[in-house]
Amino acid sequence: MSAVLDPIQAIPFTTGSPVVASLSHITKRYASGVLALDDLSLTLHRGEIVALLGPNGAGKSTAVKLLMGLSAPTSGAVSIFDADPRHATTRLRTGVMLQVGKAPEMLRVREHLNIFRGYYPAPVPYADLVRAAGLEGIESRMFGQLSGGQKQRTLFALALAGDPDLIFLDEPTVGLDIEARRGMWAEIRSLAARGKTVLLTTHYLEEADALAHRIVVINKGRVVCEGTPAEVKSLGAATTGANTSRTLKIIRCVTEVSTPTLLSIPGVTTAELTAGVTVISSTEPERTLRELLALDPSLHSLEVQSPALEDAFLALTSN
Amino acid sequence: MSTAVLTIATTRSNSFARTLRIFLTEARFEFVRLLRTRAFSLAVIGFPVIFYVFFGLIMNRGEHIGSVSVAKYMLAGYAVFGMVGASLFGIGGGLASELSTGWLELKRASPMPPFAYVVAKCCSAAAFGLIIVTLLTLLGITVAHVSITLSEYAQMMALTLVGTIPFACLGMVIALLVPFNAAPGVINMIYLPMSFCGGLWIPIMMLPHVLQKFALLLPTYHLSQLVLAIFGYASAGSTISHWIGLLGFTLVMLGVAAIAYRRLEQNS
Repeated sequence: MSAVLDPIQAIPFTTGSPVVASLSHITKRYASGVLALDDLSLTLHRGEIVALLGPNGAGKSTAVKLLMGLSAPTSGAVSIFDADPRHATTRLRTGVMLQVGKAPEMLRVREHLNIFRGYYPAPVPYADLVRAAGLEGIESRMFGQLSGGQKQRTLFALALAGDPDLIFLDEPTVGLDIEARRGMWAEIRSLAARGKTVLLTTHYLEEADALAHRIVVINKGRVVCEGTPAEVKSLGAATTGANTSRTLKIIRCVTEVSTPTLLSIPGVTTAELTAGVTVISSTEPERTLRELLALDPSLHSLEVQSPALEDAFLALTSN
Repeated sequence: MSTAVLTIATTRSNSFARTLRIFLTEARFEFVRLLRTRAFSLAVIGFPVIFYVFFGLIMNRGEHIGSVSVAKYMLAGYAVFGMVGASLFGIGGGLASELSTGWLELKRASPMPPFAYVVAKCCSAAAFGLIIVTLLTLLGITVAHVSITLSEYAQMMALTLVGTIPFACLGMVIALLVPFNAAPGVINMIYLPMSFCGGLWIPIMMLPHVLQKFALLLPTYHLSQLVLAIFGYASAGSTISHWIGLLGFTLVMLGVAAIAYRRLEQNS
């Protein structure tokens, strides 16, 4: 369990790795006048998993489209393997998984995989690809007959078909059950461990936290902050005003102590009773707990957590 | 030195072979996909066949129009009706859906040559056109004893391949301009009136005079007159005027498609 959930700084990756792709000082204004990206710069290194986080309309998909060469910037430069992303030779080294409403429904999984494998000079062997995406047993089904999760896994396989060095994954685990999501995470990690670079956008903060070496939070077309998941979390806590961010903990328990009493305990900043469970945030968790346990001997179901990435994310992107 | 040249030459020929294989694979699976999509294949093959059986064969009283029997004259019209349907629905319908779902975007991001996508769609539509024209010809020969020489049949096949192009362009324009949900409706609203006014259902000279003039603007009229010319029916205009009509229509559609595509790209 913990092996899967732990952030994966264990996998060798150093910021000194060579740059694989970059957006430098990109501004993108659509014909409609909407400013999607505003002087945005982003660098991807070899063997790195980068998560692009941001609320809807922040410019995530625009950034990915520019990197894939599907769209041209109004100003600034896009470079992939020191070349233009629109060149055919660059495309041979990239793989893409987009949020596709549906692939042609009357083609079999096997046919889809082989069509995409055919685009590349040295594709992943068919059996390896099926195993990597967990498609065993459904290869003969029509795409239209697949469940949501099976469709996602098929699209994931299309992104890997050419054994690319740089992989873009747009919301890769939407609609997957927990087991399938873990399976895809493991696959993404093993890609990075083999020196592939992965850029993923996600709405699941847990996913970014568990998977990414580096998180880039963007909002309104600008980079709000970037760093390791731990760094982003502490930055978020700092912007909320809690300068003792490193010690801020969330305490959950079932207790009979009333909320006003809880708020009078040293260190407690908020206390809230929802569905029978009391949620307390405290900047002095040890002291708070000692008092709390003394006040209520019948207290049970105790949990102590660090603030989630979600809190940091909300703090960073709200204004 | 010579080894290096050889290597480059081999790489080139390898990449050429791969490109060729991509074109063939795309075309093959686009055809397979359309064939498996019953809503498409049954309708597109079924309607011209049923229409031809009703209006060309059952209603036929053994009369002649000029030197051509009614059953043969109507064969030209319904053959064109069939190939136009295959082009409009195969290309227009398919492209509209793949644009709206984002599938086309995924294909564009892949190393597939973009031209392979277009060629695959056109070839598949043309293949359906060949199937429809062959079925109608067989019906005419067996049921109404229409006499068709092998040369006439071969010319019809060739014309089907070429005739797919203007309607493929029209299909592209519809897909680029019309929202996906409305595309099948809009295609029918263009396809059916254009077929009637082009003289595909009932002979053009039976239409009111105004419509006969209007038909000069319709690619359906020009294509059906070219098929009739193969059968030796002296049509109102010269063969060259019909080719010019088709070419003009194709160029206009390509122009509109290019503008629509550029507009779409600027907003993406």
